[in-house]
Amino acid sequence: MSIDKSMNVLIVDDYKTMLRIIRNLLKQIEFNNVEEATDGAEALAKLRSGSFGLVISDWNMAPMTGLQLLQEVRADARLKGTPFIMITAESKTENVVAAKQAGVSNYIVKPFNAETLREKIEKVLGNA
Amino acid sequence: MLELPARIPEPLAHRLAAIRSRYPASDPDMVAGVVGAVLTTMRGDLSASDTALLHEVEELGRTIAAARAEIAALQVDDITASHIPSATDELDAIVAHTAGATNSILEVCETLDSVAGKLDGEAAAALQDATTRIYEACSFQDITGQRITKVVATLKAIDSKVAQILNTFSEAHGDSFRAPTPAVVVSPVPANGDPAAVGPQLPGNAMDQTDIDKLLASFD
Repeated sequence: MSIDKSMNVLIVDDYKTMLRIIRNLLKQIEFNNVEEATDGAEALAKLRSGSFGLVISDWNMAPMTGLQLLQEVRADARLKGTPFIMITAESKTENVVAAKQAGVSNYIVKPFNAETLREKIEKVLGNA
Repeated sequence: MLELPARIPEPLAHRLAAIRSRYPASDPDMVAGVVGAVLTTMRGDLSASDTALLHEVEELGRTIAAARAEIAALQVDDITASHIPSATDELDAIVAHTAGATNSILEVCETLDSVAGKLDGEAAAALQDATTRIYEACSFQDITGQRITKVVATLKAIDSKVAQILNTFSEAHGDSFRAPTPAVVVSPVPANGDPAAVGPQLPGNAMDQTDIDKLLASFD
């Protein structure tokens, strides 16, 4: 199944360095339309005012966490179908379960490699 | 003759607990002194076992006084005024320096990526493979930053606990071991019941990507 790599992707992380790394890794797999947000609230505003085919978000951010962002996205009639990948250092079972129950599309634990990112994106967008 | 029981009767124990909860800042020295004075007035009426109990109480009073003296000698104000701020500043500097270095590495990588885009074949693939591995490795800065943030929070929690102990010893005397410090709460659980974000786990305590994939698949 071919994936439309011209779609807008929103990446969300409070570490600017991490945003830069993910942006570059996405660019290497030919996702060039990437926007950034540094917390859940900023991300939600961008999602509501734009059109995105994929969200890749960290969990641990303030004032709105990645999990809260996911819950907001899934509760929004227009956004609820947007594929949402969590990339986070939170690797406890309860965190993964909470994310799944909130409707996460896939979950990547940091530190991750480019192959894992590519594989999860293909899986999520292939199912979208 | 007044008989002092070997063990404190339950009603008296409750009464003492109630007094302590009403006066949490009661100075241990003062309490020990009052108990000692009361028992001294009763000394002539005490049996051998009562006298032994009296000695225990006196010893307890001396231990409390010695603990206070030792704490005062520790110059604990330095912990708040110097040691902990200095430690947290050093840790912040580590985060800033590693972030700076990581961004420099990323900048070079981006240049290499643009060069790779102008090449063909094996050379381009090899160069991009190299930059990919550098990008992956650079994510260490996020993980170490989160770990250091946890250490800083722990230091502040220790600082707060030390302050609470010192205040218990010093309040009634007006001693100045240090000023009261508000309690620090580490990793609060969100009010909505969601699991708290606690950052990276130590190796061995964490699930890896394979474990997480299996857990996610178990929902399907």
